Amino acid sequence: MASDAEVIGTNRHEPSYLDYKGKHSGIKGWLLSTDHKRIGILYMIGILTFFFVGVFLGFLMRLELIAPGETIVSAETYNQLFTLHGVIMIFLFIIPGIPAIFGNFFLPILIGAKDVAFPRLNLFSWYLYLTGGTLALLSIVLPGGPADTGWTFYIPYSVRTGTNVILPLSAAFVLGFSSLLTGLNFITTVHRLRAPGMTWFKMPLSVWSFYATAWVQVLATPIIAITLMLVAIERLLHIGIFDPALGGDPVLYQHLFWIYSHPAVYIMIIPAMGIVSEIIPVFTHRTIFGYKFIAFSSIAIALFGSLVWAHHMFTAGMSDAGQFIFSLLTMIVAIPSAIKVFNWVATLYKGSIDLAAPMLYVLAFIFLFSIGGLTGVMQGVISINIQFHDTAFIVGHFHYVMFGGTGFAMFAAFHYWMPKMFGRMYNRKLAKIAFWFVFIGFNFLYFPMLVMGWLGMPRRYYDYLPQFHPYHLISTIGSWILITGLIIMFYNLFKALRSGPVVTEKNMWGGETLEWQIDTPPIHENFTEIPVIEERPYMYKDNDPPVEKEETV
Amino acid sequence: MSANTIVHAEVHVHRDDIGARLGMWLFLFTELILFGGMFIVYSVYRFTYPEEFHLAAQELNTIIGTLNTIILLTSSLTMAVSIVAIQKNKISLSLFFQFATIFLALFFMVNKYFEWTAKFDHGIYPGSDTLLNESSGQILFFGLYYMMTGLHGLHVIIGIVMIAFMMRFTSKGIVSYDNYVKLENTGLYWHLVDIIWIFLFPLFYLIS
Ligand code: HEM
Ligand SMILES: [Cu+2]
Repeated sequence: MASDAEVIGTNRHEPSYLDYKGKHSGIKGWLLSTDHKRIGILYMIGILTFFFVGVFLGFLMRLELIAPGETIVSAETYNQLFTLHGVIMIFLFIIPGIPAIFGNFFLPILIGAKDVAFPRLNLFSWYLYLTGGTLALLSIVLPGGPADTGWTFYIPYSVRTGTNVILPLSAAFVLGFSSLLTGLNFITTVHRLRAPGMTWFKMPLSVWSFYATAWVQVLATPIIAITLMLVAIERLLHIGIFDPALGGDPVLYQHLFWIYSHPAVYIMIIPAMGIVSEIIPVFTHRTIFGYKFIAFSSIAIALFGSLVWAHHMFTAGMSDAGQFIFSLLTMIVAIPSAIKVFNWVATLYKGSIDLAAPMLYVLAFIFLFSIGGLTGVMQGVISINIQFHDTAFIVGHFHYVMFGGTGFAMFAAFHYWMPKMFGRMYNRKLAKIAFWFVFIGFNFLYFPMLVMGWLGMPRRYYDYLPQFHPYHLISTIGSWILITGLIIMFYNLFKALRSGPVVTEKNMWGGETLEWQIDTPPIHENFTEIPVIEERPYMYKDNDPPVEKEETV
Repeated sequence: MSANTIVHAEVHVHRDDIGARLGMWLFLFTELILFGGMFIVYSVYRFTYPEEFHLAAQELNTIIGTLNTIILLTSSLTMAVSIVAIQKNKISLSLFFQFATIFLALFFMVNKYFEWTAKFDHGIYPGSDTLLNESSGQILFFGLYYMMTGLHGLHVIIGIVMIAFMMRFTSKGIVSYDNYVKLENTGLYWHLVDIIWIFLFPLFYLIS
């Protein structure tokens, strides 16, 4: 992609960012480092830790639901479980997720920069993340116990309940600022730090997606910040703003909540789409089909996505005109997502597809995200929505989108970029085995939810009527398969970090973006010389597998 | 991973004033949206309870409000002048005007303090018995009043701290005639604080 690949980062006298010794060394060299790559890894540690906690809580919930009646936890505990699970998975795992880990690590590299625009602010964001996470966990141990409101904190219950609601609220508030500052940093980085010759349409597609996401982060987050703060203050001081007993309007809370939280689903999914657009050309050895369509559809999703929030509230009381408009807009917003799917499939067509682990996860993404997306469009239809509202169908739908979509894209990114980040290769065969466990387990876990939701199983219930038992049983068994897969997957990745074969090859997959032209692992400031970009990304001139593809394991 | 590790002494200096300004503008955007959320809530309830808002607003002291508006407007001016001064390399003049800005900001906060405590003495504060006996519209008016002016006051305090840092930077030469983007950004922030007040003032004080 750059004019002369040989001069970039070949200077082997420079230590990698992992060995680099700056002002501080040891653990301080990490905790005080402003290197975007180290911060990316700090985020990775935090985000994965919370992911494991969240998965464990999900596992407990599924166990409770294995049979009707009280199985392992009481109704109250179940309420606290799904709330904590939701808060952790949303605010601590999936929203920061891809941008905070891979955006931090790769965005500057992909545009040929040495770091983000505001490195110190970047480190500060991580500390905010850590603070938010701590606040969320504190609610477990403090008297009152974790909140039982659901991750949506709907008023008036969130003002009346005796559990610790203020802690998760302030956690979400602080995490919001962390996310907002990351967004601000990325926008400025993309505007100011692109290497010479890297025009907008020469940017890799993941950069486009990080850029679009950053705008959503900056524009939507303040609304949720102030809204959640108002709920906390409502609890503390009884200002009455949302409390119906004092004249406030709880539906207004729902509007403000979803004005952020619907765009937030695009904060989750757009970066995932960027990852997919990055991996597909590499493992099909083809130029991406419809580059501009994919780039602009990210922006279109970001724009339309901010206008559809009220589809979460069709049953909360709304004028017919409002219902009609929000229903229509919801269906329109599916179009840019579908454009992406068609372009990806068109890229696959006649490509020489290499079914390595990253590609498997990407293919699974397309499949699962399509199910998630289509079930989403279904709920945009008001008559169906009224039937499905607050049923297990919704739970199935959003797990397909968030976990099957963003989660799988993140797993793809791990398998794609980890060798670059750490200079170690995982066991590729084991990675594929793990994939099949995860993929099959996932569908066993969540597809029954779609079916039983259709049949009337409500969400957020720890108990159910006997006719739903078979579905719940299958779903719980699915969760065991899925979690087995996750254990194999992360065992494989972590083991690679310690004892996997060392990779020094710069371009282990035959990618055409800038990260594959610098050292593995990258040196401290990525490039010894800032590259000059002359070609568009993904310019595969022929259909040949570029580098020799020997199994290193 | 390569075995040889070199200790790097040189610090990477990177300066991008346009980038810094862009970052600040984005941040101000988020602040506007943050207050925008509150203004949405305000307008919803103003339309729901027009009479009660009208009545409740009579409780506010328009004189203090006007005074505070003048103070903040003046402080925006002194802030702007301090930036012009630094551009002309007049360091002590710039310091003087930065100090004047802090002084005016403190003055604003003192007024605010007296205004709030006077209300408290009348038993008007969130959750008070007096207030809870009033109509919903009045409860909401004062709820919003305390929330919004309180949040604004918090921004004033943050502004004071920021300007204090700028005075330190200016006297140490970190902010200078050829590198004043920090002071400029602080100025932008301060103008935002001012602008928000310009909206708060009529919405609370002048609707009676
Ligand atoms: C092994 C993994 C997981 C399992 C077993 C699991 C299971 C569950 C279960 C049983 C519920 C409660 C359904 C109900 O009673 O209403 C739930 C809710 C939820 N899950 Fe998961 N989940 C997993 C992973 C994830 C991931 C990766 C995400 C996000 C990316 C996520 C986000 C949520 C959210 C937002 C809720 C709603 C909480 C609420 O109702 O307030 N989950 N999950
Ligand atoms: Cu939505």
